[in-house]
Amino acid sequence: MGRFHRHDDGTVHDHDGGHAEAVGADDMSGYETGAERVVVLEAIFGENDRVAAANRADFAAAGVRVVNLMSSPGAGKTALLRETLVRLQGRARVGIVEGDIETSLDADRLAGLGASVALVNTGDGFGGECHLDAPMIRSVLPRVPLHELDLLVIENVGNLVCPAEFDVGEDAKAMVWSPTEGEEKPLKYPLMFRSAELVVVNKIDLLPFLDVDMDAFRANLARVNPAALVLEVSAKTGEGVDAWVDWVLGG
Amino acid sequence: MHELSLCRSIATIVRRHAVDRQVTVVHLTVGQLRQVVPDTLVYCWAVVNEGTVCDGSVLDIDRVPGQLTCDDCGARTTMEELHVRCGVCGGTRVRVTAGEELLVTSIELAEAG
Repeated sequence: MGRFHRHDDGTVHDHDGGHAEAVGADDMSGYETGAERVVVLEAIFGENDRVAAANRADFAAAGVRVVNLMSSPGAGKTALLRETLVRLQGRARVGIVEGDIETSLDADRLAGLGASVALVNTGDGFGGECHLDAPMIRSVLPRVPLHELDLLVIENVGNLVCPAEFDVGEDAKAMVWSPTEGEEKPLKYPLMFRSAELVVVNKIDLLPFLDVDMDAFRANLARVNPAALVLEVSAKTGEGVDAWVDWVLGG
Repeated sequence: MHELSLCRSIATIVRRHAVDRQVTVVHLTVGQLRQVVPDTLVYCWAVVNEGTVCDGSVLDIDRVPGQLTCDDCGARTTMEELHVRCGVCGGTRVRVTAGEELLVTSIELAEAG
């Protein structure tokens, strides 16, 4: 078995390390036209990961830190980013890539705070995807002034499943979880909670009104991601937001 | 529902290797730590391949269990449940060393007509 195999038109193709073998052992001579098994061994996310590497190289060349921010819908990503932009005005140059299936509502909420905001509607030409992937980020980069930024935050589509699967070229993945979602979420969405370096617990101003068991949440998170950092914040009252801002800047 | 995106990526890879030959079986390796629903994947596979060389082909999915390697005691343990800690010493300084695979391993092509 070699790196090449022969097709019925007589040509021989290199399949990047793949190789071929005949399925019918008694039919080796005719395998150009017979049933055939072709070894492929390609990562399904290979194309995404190649584009992610190109994105990452561009981010590094521009000297910009890139954070991929994920959560379920309504956890408070956009509210947290608003508070972040308010605190970073005059302190750091920030860009936001705002991913949503439809509408510019979130991008509008972030306007006027000194950040460069680029919107990706995944319903518009991307088939209504429930996540951002590396080619989508690549396609928006012409609208992002990377060389004029210190920090780029990619606000992913609100979804606890799919965004965790896709490397977009970020330096770090963070997620927002809010106590109203329930303490069992790390166990139900382990890939998301495992992919994040930092879990921001938002809406802590609501804790007195909720039955959520924060110790159980931390234990559940530790089961799937023992190394995760946790920051408790309230984007509404501003409590804890400074610590998040320090982290997002790379501190 | 990223199974649809996954199927599009799988189809791109498979068609490149099939070079216009009819595909009968696509063998995948999918780690159990991936949030991939096999039934959904099979359904999406039929949808994305209508009228292509992959139309009617079967997805054969080999699931690989999660495996942890402990940085403290060196043990390699299979994850029986989703709990990221060493199955021998109970430590949490562990690395996932299997179970995250997502590969097209091979394809079977029909006899050329």
